[in-house]
Amino acid sequence: MIKAILIFNNHGKPRMSKFYEHYTEDTEQQIIRETFHLVSKRDENICNFLEGGLLIGGSDNKLIYRHYATLYFVFCVDSSESELGILDLIQVFVETLDKCFENVCELDLIFHVDKVHNILAEMVMGGMVLETNMSEIITQVEAQGKMEKSEAGIAGAPARAVSAVKNMNLPEMPKNINIGDISIKVPNLPSFK
Amino acid sequence: MALKIVKGSIDRMFDKNLQDLVRGIRNHKEDEAKYISTCIDEIKQELKQDNIAVKANAVCKLTYLQMLGYDVSWAAFNIVEVMSSSKFTYKRIGYLAASQCFHEGTDVIMLTTNQIRKDLSSPHQYDTGVALTGLSCFVTPDLARDLANDIMTLMSHTKPYIRKKAVLIMYKVFLKYPESLRPAFPRLKEKLEDPDPGVQSAAVNVICELARRNPKNYLSLAPLFFKLMTSSTNNWVLIKIIKLFGALTPLEPRLGKKMIEPLTNLIHSTSAMSLLYECVNTVIAVLISLSSGMPNHSASIQLCVQKLRILIEDSDQNLKYLGLLAMSKILKTHPKSVQSHKDLILQCLDDKDESIRLRALDLLYGMVSKKNLMEIVKKLMLHVDKAEGTTYRDELLTKIIDICSQSNYQYITNFEWYISILVELTRLEGTRHGHLIASQMLDVAIRVKAIRGFAVAQMATLLDNAHLLTGNTQRNGICEVLYAAAWICGEFSEHLEDPMQTLEAMLRPKVATLPGHIQAVYVQNAAKLFATVLRKHEGETDSHAAQETSQLLIDRLPLFVQSANLEVQERASCILQLVKYIQKLQQKKVEVAEEVTALFAGELNPVAPKAQKKVPVPEGLDLDAWINKPPSESESEDEKPKAVFAKEEPKHSRSRHTEVDEKELARRREARKQEQANNPFYIKASPSSQKVYDAPGVEHIPVVQIDLSVPLKVPGMPMSDQYLKLEEERRQKEKAERKKKEKKKKREKRGKERKADSGPESEEDITPAHQVDIVTEEMPENALPSDDDDKDPNDPHKALDIDLDKPLADSEKLPVRTHRPEVLKSPAEDRVNENIPQETKKRSGKETKEKKKGKEKDRKRSKEEKKKKKHKEVEEELLESQPEEAVQSEETKEAATPPTSTSAEEETAPSSAAAVDTSSAAAPESEPDEPKDAEPEDTKSSKHKKKKQKKEKEEKEKKKKKRHHHHHHHHHHHHSDAGGEDSVQNGTVEEEEPLPPMSNYSLLAENSYIKMMKEDADQVYDIQGNHQDESKVVVSVIFENKSDSFLKSMEFNVLDSLNSKLQRPEGAGAHDSLTVPFQLPPGISNEARFVFSVQSIVMPQKLKGTLTFIVKSDESSTHEKLDFKLHFTCTSYLITTPCYSDAYAKLLESGDLKGSSLRLEGINMPFHHLLARICFHHHFSVVERIDSCASMYSRSIQGHHVCLLVKTSDQTVSIDAKCDEPSLLGNVLDEIKQTFSKC
Repeated sequence: MIKAILIFNNHGKPRMSKFYEHYTEDTEQQIIRETFHLVSKRDENICNFLEGGLLIGGSDNKLIYRHYATLYFVFCVDSSESELGILDLIQVFVETLDKCFENVCELDLIFHVDKVHNILAEMVMGGMVLETNMSEIITQVEAQGKMEKSEAGIAGAPARAVSAVKNMNLPEMPKNINIGDISIKVPNLPSFK
Repeated sequence: MALKIVKGSIDRMFDKNLQDLVRGIRNHKEDEAKYISTCIDEIKQELKQDNIAVKANAVCKLTYLQMLGYDVSWAAFNIVEVMSSSKFTYKRIGYLAASQCFHEGTDVIMLTTNQIRKDLSSPHQYDTGVALTGLSCFVTPDLARDLANDIMTLMSHTKPYIRKKAVLIMYKVFLKYPESLRPAFPRLKEKLEDPDPGVQSAAVNVICELARRNPKNYLSLAPLFFKLMTSSTNNWVLIKIIKLFGALTPLEPRLGKKMIEPLTNLIHSTSAMSLLYECVNTVIAVLISLSSGMPNHSASIQLCVQKLRILIEDSDQNLKYLGLLAMSKILKTHPKSVQSHKDLILQCLDDKDESIRLRALDLLYGMVSKKNLMEIVKKLMLHVDKAEGTTYRDELLTKIIDICSQSNYQYITNFEWYISILVELTRLEGTRHGHLIASQMLDVAIRVKAIRGFAVAQMATLLDNAHLLTGNTQRNGICEVLYAAAWICGEFSEHLEDPMQTLEAMLRPKVATLPGHIQAVYVQNAAKLFATVLRKHEGETDSHAAQETSQLLIDRLPLFVQSANLEVQERASCILQLVKYIQKLQQKKVEVAEEVTALFAGELNPVAPKAQKKVPVPEGLDLDAWINKPPSESESEDEKPKAVFAKEEPKHSRSRHTEVDEKELARRREARKQEQANNPFYIKASPSSQKVYDAPGVEHIPVVQIDLSVPLKVPGMPMSDQYLKLEEERRQKEKAERKKKEKKKKREKRGKERKADSGPESEEDITPAHQVDIVTEEMPENALPSDDDDKDPNDPHKALDIDLDKPLADSEKLPVRTHRPEVLKSPAEDRVNENIPQETKKRSGKETKEKKKGKEKDRKRSKEEKKKKKHKEVEEELLESQPEEAVQSEETKEAATPPTSTSAEEETAPSSAAAVDTSSAAAPESEPDEPKDAEPEDTKSSKHKKKKQKKEKEEKEKKKKKRHHHHHHHHHHHHSDAGGEDSVQNGTVEEEEPLPPMSNYSLLAENSYIKMMKEDADQVYDIQGNHQDESKVVVSVIFENKSDSFLKSMEFNVLDSLNSKLQRPEGAGAHDSLTVPFQLPPGISNEARFVFSVQSIVMPQKLKGTLTFIVKSDESSTHEKLDFKLHFTCTSYLITTPCYSDAYAKLLESGDLKGSSLRLEGINMPFHHLLARICFHHHFSVVERIDSCASMYSRSIQGHHVCLLVKTSDQTVSIDAKCDEPSLLGNVLDEIKQTFSKC
C-alpha cells in the first residue's frame, strides 16, 4: 500500500499532498515538514530510499523519493510495495505530468493542483496502484478533460476570457515567481513497463 | 431562468478562481495568513450562494487551502452539495475535496450514501470513476456496508475502466466491512482471469494485500497464481505475485520447492531490475523456509548471492542498497555464502551514502568469525575516527560492541585486544554510549578471569587519566566508563601494581564533579583499595606507609561527606568513621589488615540470571511459613549456604517451577530482567540458549594461560593494533604446535567446548586466548514465546482473517439496497402478502420503466417470471446460478433469500439498521436448524398462498394503504430524480415481490403543500468513546411535495430538549435550523436524514419542530411553515441484536434484571405473525421458540438488555419481560401494547 504521496519543492513548500490515511491538517503539515527535512539533506547521488517512516504508520514503512529540478516527489509505502517498482512509478507519474502539461514545470503544479490530483487519481487509487501504463493514463485524463470542456460550453467561454484578461493584466507574473519556470527534465530511465 | 444562469456566470467571472487565489497568496508573502483569512471569508460568502458553479469554485479553492494546512471541515456540507452536482466538472471538484478532507469522523458522510450510489450507477463511466476514486479515500464502515453490493455489481461492469476501479476499491470495503469479504471473494477470484490486464492487475493487487496479512487463507489460490506467474508478462503483476509467494512459502514448504525453478528462470531471463530483485528476494524466502529440510539448494543460493553481488557492485546506489538489504536476509541462514563477499561489504563501509553504510554494518555483524573479527573491527575503528556526525559514529560504536560481544564473545580470541579496543573507544568524543562501554568492561573483567590483571592495569591508567574523559562536560556520556574502571580497580585490587597511586587518583578533588552514582562507586572502592594497601604493608616494621594511607583517606573523604548525593554521603561518612577508628588502632600498633580485608572478603562470581530460582528447597523447609512472627528482613541473601547453590544445580526443582503458573513466571522474569539491567554486577544473558554452566564453575573453566609474549602492562593508552600483530603470531605458533600433537585428543577436547559447532570449520583451528565464563539464561519449559504477541489487536486486517474456502451461507450475502418495504418479508408474511391490489396502481409506473430498461434486463426478468411459477425449483436454481448472475444480483438475491431466513432475521432492512445486518450474519450460526425448518413451511405457504391471502387481505388493508402511499412516492422520486438504472432495478423488485404489510413510516405532519413522513429512528448507533453516555439517533424523514408548485429553501428545525438535541454543524447556534439538502419539484418526494444526540433513553421523547419552506409558483412565491412533533419511542432505541440461547439463559439467571409483565386480550393472529410484529416494530429477535411460547431479546443503544417471554393461548397473549432498566421496560411494554391495540 502507498500511504502518502507528497510533492514539495526545494524549500519544502507543498505542491501536492495526498494522504491515503486520515491525519489532521496539522499532522499532515508536520509530516510534510519532517519528510522535507529528511529528504532535503540527502545528496543527489545517494540512494532514494529512506527507512524510518516514523511519521506515518511505523517501521514497516519506507520513503521512496525522486528529485527532479526544483521538486521532490516522495512516496511513503509499506513493505508490500516493491521499492524499484515505486521508483519507476514516480517516473511514470512525472512523465505523465510532462505529457499532460507539455514540459511540466513547478509553476504548472502550483497553479493546477487539481489537475495533478486528477492525473494521480488515474494512477493510484486509495493507496493502491491502479494503472502503470502511461498511454492509458493519458487517454483517460484527456477524455475527462474533454468532458469538462464540453460541459463548460458557452457558459464557460466568458470565464475563460476573463481569466485570460486577468493573466494579461498581470505583467509582473513571471517576476513573482522566483523559481523561474525551470522545466522538470525527465531523464530517460530504463523503463519499467 | 436562463437570464439567471447567464447572470450567474458573469458574476462568477469576477470571483477569484484557484489560479487567482494561488497568485494572491504568492503576492502576499509577508502577510500570507491574513490574506488567506480574507480569502476564506470570501469563500464562505461564495458558498452561501445558490449557484453551483460558484460553490464548486469555492470548494476547489478550499481544497488548495487544505493542502496548505487549513482546516476546511466546516465546509463539509458544501462539499457534499458540489459532489451531488449533475455536471461532471463540479462533481469531480466535490469528490476531490471530499477525498482530501473527509474521514470517518465526518458526520455529513452519512448524507452521501444515496448520492454515491446514484453516481456509481451513472451511465457515464467517468461519473462512476470519480465516485469510486473519491470513495476509496473516505469509505466508512457504514458506506462500505451500504454500498458493498453496488460496488460488487460494478466489478462486472462492461467497461474495464470501471471494473478495475471497482475491484481495487473492494479492498477498502473489506477493511471497513469484513463481512463482505466472503460473498465478494468468488467474483474477485474471477477477476484474476479478466481479459483486461488492468483489471487483472487490480485483482492481483487486492488479493496480495489481503494475503499479506492473513496468508494461510489464500494458500488455495496458489495454483492460480502459479499459472499467472508463468503466463503474465506484466511486471507489476509479476512483482506482486512473487511477493505474495514470498509470504506464502513459509506456510507451505512444498510450494517453495515448486517455486525455485520458475523463479530461477525469471532471474535469468528478465531485464527489469525490479523484477529480478523481487525474484531473488522470494528465492531467499523459499530457501529460508526450506533450510531445515532440504540442504541441496546451494546452486540457488549461489545464484542469488551472485546476482546480489552484481546489484551491490552497480553504480546505482538504489541497487546497491537493495542488494545489501537482501544479502542480510541470506546471511541469517546461509552465512557462509555471504562471508565470501566480505571484501565487497567492507568496501560499502566507505560509501558516501549513510544508508548504505548502515546496511553494510548490519551485514558485518553476521559475517564475523574468529578469523576475521580483529581485522573487521580494525576497519571499523578506522571509520570511527573518520566518521562525521555523532549519529553514525555512535552507530559504529554500538556495532563494534555488538559484533564483539555477540554469542558470549564467541569470536574473540584475545581479550587483551578487546579491552584495548574498549579503552580506545573511550576516547570518542561526545558519544552517548559510555554506559555500553562500561558494562562491557565490567562484563569482561568479571567473566574472563585471566584478563583481570590486564584489565585492572588498563583501568588504573584510565582512572589516572580521568581528566581526559571528564575535562569537557559535553563528554558526560563517556564518564560512565569511570564507574566501571573504579569498580574493577577496587574489586580486583590484588592485581594492582601500585594501589596507592590508584587510591590517590580516586580521591582527587575533581572526582566530586562526577555524577553521584559514579562518586559512590569511587568511595566504596577507595575503601577496598585501602584494605589492599593495608594488607600490603602488613608485617612491615615501618608502619609509616599504612598510616599515610589512612591519613590520605581522612583528608580526602570529608569532601564526599559533603556531597549532595545521599548515597555518596552515606558511604563516605561510614567509611570515614571506619578509617578514623583504624587509624586509632594503627597508632596503637594493632594489626588491622586482616579485619579490614574481611570487610570485602569473598569473590564475586558471575551468577546466572536464573541461578537463584534453581536453588532447590531443602526438604522440610516451607518457604511460605513465617520464620518469626514479624516478617524478617534482616536475613541476608549472601548467607545462603553456598554448598547448596553449588552442588545440586540444574537437575533439581524442575517440578517445582512448572507448578508456578505461566503468567506469574513471566511477570517475575520481567521484574528480574529489569533488576538485572540496572545492576552492573549481573551478567547479561546472551540471546542464544545454551546449557547453563554450573554456577561455581569459575574454577573449572579451562583457562588458557596468557601468552607471555603479550606484555601485561602497556604503558599509557593501549593500542589494539599491536594485538592484531601479536595475535597473528600467536596463531601461527599454535598452528605449528598443533601439527605435532595428536588430532584425536584435540577432537575430544573440542567436543566439550560449548560452541564448537558454530562457525566455519577452519575456525576451529583458532583457540581463544581466554575462555569466557558463560552463563546463559534458560527459559522455563512452559514459557513458550507466543506468536500472538506481535499481532496488534487493533490491526484492521485482523478482521479479515476469514476462511474463504467455506461455502457461502445465505445469510452472508451482501445487504441489498432496496426500499425498506421490499426487504421486510418472512415466511409468515409470505402468506399474507400479495401484490394484486397494487398491481393496477403501479402499472403506469412500471411501463415507463420498462422502456428505459435495457434489453438485457428484459431477458432476465422474463426468466425470473418463469421461475416464479415453479417456486421450489426457483430456489435451487437461483442458489446455483447466483455467482454467474452478476448484474442482476439484486433481484436474484431478493428471491433467493426468503426461504432461509426466519422471521427474526427477516426484517433486515440493510439500508436502514446497522445492527440488523449483524443479526442476519450471526443468526445462522446460532440457529443452524432454522433454515431447514423454514423451507418446508415456505413451500407450504406458497401452496396456500392464494387462499390465505384473500382471508387476510382485508385485515391488512389498512396498513397497506399507508404503504402504497409511501411506495408511490418513492416511485416518483426515483423516476424523476435518480433516473438511472438504480430506479429501474428497484422498480422490478416492487413488481415481483409481494409487499410486506408492515411499515416503519408514520405520518409526521401534513398540510396542503407538503407531507412529512418519519421513519422510526432507523439507524441507531451509539458512539463509543467520544461521548460516554450520549448516543446518536438518525431519523429519516421523507418530504413529499403535494402541491403544484416548486418547494425550495426548506429548513428543518427542532426545539431541543435537555435530553435530545438535533446535531447541527459546527459553529451553528443551538436554535439554528438545518437546511434540507434538496428542493422539491411538484409531486416529488425525497428523503433526508437528521442526527439527534440523546442522553437518556429510558423515557420516550417528543420534540416540537418546524419546517419552513418557500412555495414558488409561476406567479408568486410564499413562505410557508409546517409544525410537527417528533416522537422518539423507547423502542427506537433498541437494536435488534441476536442472542444465543445459552447466553440468554445466563443473562436471566444473573438476577440483575427486573421483571414486569403485560397481558394482551383479543389478539387474533397466528403466533409467528405476532412474533414477527414484535420483531419488526420493536426491534427484537427471537432467541428460541417452542410451540406457542417464545423468548425474545433486544439490546438498547446504551447496552440495556431487554428480554421477553411471549406466551399465547386462545386469544390472550402474555408477555413477561425483564430488563435492567425498569422504566425503559415499562415504556417498551406500553409501546408493544399500543402496537397491538392498533390492529
